[in-house]
Amino acid sequence: MIRVELVKLARRPRNWVSLALLCGLPVLVAVFVAVTHLAPPPGQGPALLSDVLSSGSLYPAAALAIVLPVFLPIAVAVIGGDSIAGEAGSGMLRYLLARPVGRARLLTAKLVAVMAYVLTAVVLVAVTSYVTGILLFGSQPVAASPGGVTAPNIAATSLSGSGITPAELLLRILGAVAFIAVSMLGVGAIALFLSTVTDSSLGAALGALAALITSQVLVTLNSASAIAPYMPTRYWLAWLDFFRDPILWRNIDRGLAVQAVYVAVFLAAAWAHFATKDIAS
Amino acid sequence: MIITRSLTKRFGSFLAVDQVSLDVREGDRYGFLGPNGSGKTTVIRMLLGLVYATSGQIEVLGQPMPASGPQVLAQVGSLVEGPSAYRHLSGRANLVLIDAAGPGGGRRSRRTRIEEALDRVGLAGIDNRAVAKYSLGMRQRLGLAAALLRAPRLLILDEPANGLDPRGIREMRDLMTALNQAGTTIFLSSHQLTEVEQLCTRVGIIDRGRLILQEDLAALQAPTGRIVVRSTDPGRVAAALDGQVQHRDGDLLIVAAPDPAALNARLVAAGIPVDELRPERRSLEDLVLSLTSAGADRVDRPAGPAAAAGSEPEDGASSGPEAGPGEATAADLTEGGSR
Repeated sequence: MIRVELVKLARRPRNWVSLALLCGLPVLVAVFVAVTHLAPPPGQGPALLSDVLSSGSLYPAAALAIVLPVFLPIAVAVIGGDSIAGEAGSGMLRYLLARPVGRARLLTAKLVAVMAYVLTAVVLVAVTSYVTGILLFGSQPVAASPGGVTAPNIAATSLSGSGITPAELLLRILGAVAFIAVSMLGVGAIALFLSTVTDSSLGAALGALAALITSQVLVTLNSASAIAPYMPTRYWLAWLDFFRDPILWRNIDRGLAVQAVYVAVFLAAAWAHFATKDIAS
Repeated sequence: MIITRSLTKRFGSFLAVDQVSLDVREGDRYGFLGPNGSGKTTVIRMLLGLVYATSGQIEVLGQPMPASGPQVLAQVGSLVEGPSAYRHLSGRANLVLIDAAGPGGGRRSRRTRIEEALDRVGLAGIDNRAVAKYSLGMRQRLGLAAALLRAPRLLILDEPANGLDPRGIREMRDLMTALNQAGTTIFLSSHQLTEVEQLCTRVGIIDRGRLILQEDLAALQAPTGRIVVRSTDPGRVAAALDGQVQHRDGDLLIVAAPDPAALNARLVAAGIPVDELRPERRSLEDLVLSLTSAGADRVDRPAGPAAAAGSEPEDGASSGPEAGPGEATAADLTEGGSR
């Protein structure tokens, strides 16, 4: 069943379009920055973008920072929201279950498909933006950050200003990719749960996005600071800490823990609801 | 093959299916009839484990449902509330996905299975067009092909003739008959009563969630004990058979007589021309219309003082001769028949 779901995912033109858009946005930004050499000053605009001019190999991180706030969650919410509700909407859910495909199996296969999409999306963005970064900004610029040490084996500078070797940079980017994938899995789990509740995939996707927007609002609200640490988007940007020297693990660990709880809770809810639901679509 | 005991389904306060006890035997071609909204589809969904019963038991292929769903459903082919498909994919691609999703059936024989199923439903020549471009009839055939992929022992079909033209309906009927003769039990719901009459061996009629009749079709269509006579000179027939003619409509007379042959001899001996003479049988349509209420898709104005004059007295379980609770038998029905 997992293979069937992956085939379905791959044979949907819409999914490829969304991946192309995800990869295209950072390329577009890179072209503008490279042509004008006008990067936003540090602290403004997408994170890390100001450092890109000095080092193209840091661009994957900047690209992830560009797609993370809006594009990536939307894509994941659409895929997750479509998973069960889309089958119900097309009328295939009843035929799949009568095939028979066990409800738990179907849900698992859908979850794996969502995970596959998230990983593909994040890795593709990282890879295409790495290529873009190298092509447009070069790979061996001078590390010119306050306190940075100029040396031949230094490929980039960390946010803290010290140099990072290419191998270490690759590891850190991989870490960031993994962290973002886990964060998006939290979105996917919420969307998957909503997808079992409604027969409208659009409704499920929008519901998941509404949850994220609510979370964003509460995170920035001082009077809601008591619950802010438990919001799903609270630690979304914690992966930037992978690019500090030394790596700041505190928020990364918390972010992973929060996402793990969201994934567990919403998957359990999705399973409990779907397994006992009357299929009337 | 299918046994339900006091099967009941409640959606909130709405009683969709009420104490239905079906009995479909192996080898039956069972027609499941009833007005729109009478609970047919809900029963079918419960048989397939899609909707959970509020109370009552279901046995399909001798095993309890939905507990034995994985084993049972692998031997059941189904078409529920119209065919569905992934519209952006071709018919073959759809069958590949559906075949791969289910248990059993090796990958190597998949191609053969799919081509066989397409052959059976008359779609062997389809190209790679997306299903979105299919006609309703083609989609119906594709849905049926999906139901036939695993050579099921039992076919549960909801309105299988939907969207087919007369020739297509004939082909479906021939296919059902052939499958049935090869040992497949067929359970189908339909509005098309003539279809059911021509195909089925047994019928169950459901109205407002209650099974009001379950009987062999042959028993239902047994002669009523009256004879239909058509004559160019109906006046003389009426005169010759004074007292026995129960109903006259133009040149058509309905005569209470036990033996058609004797009646014919009597009329011929009297020199009366007889164009047609046959024992009266109840049609399934008469039976269904006399037993069931208006479908749930018809919504009449509530009968108040102002509306009373125009409203039809069709509502209410207490009106009409069919008011008896539970199941009626063929004998009850045939004696009260009126034309």
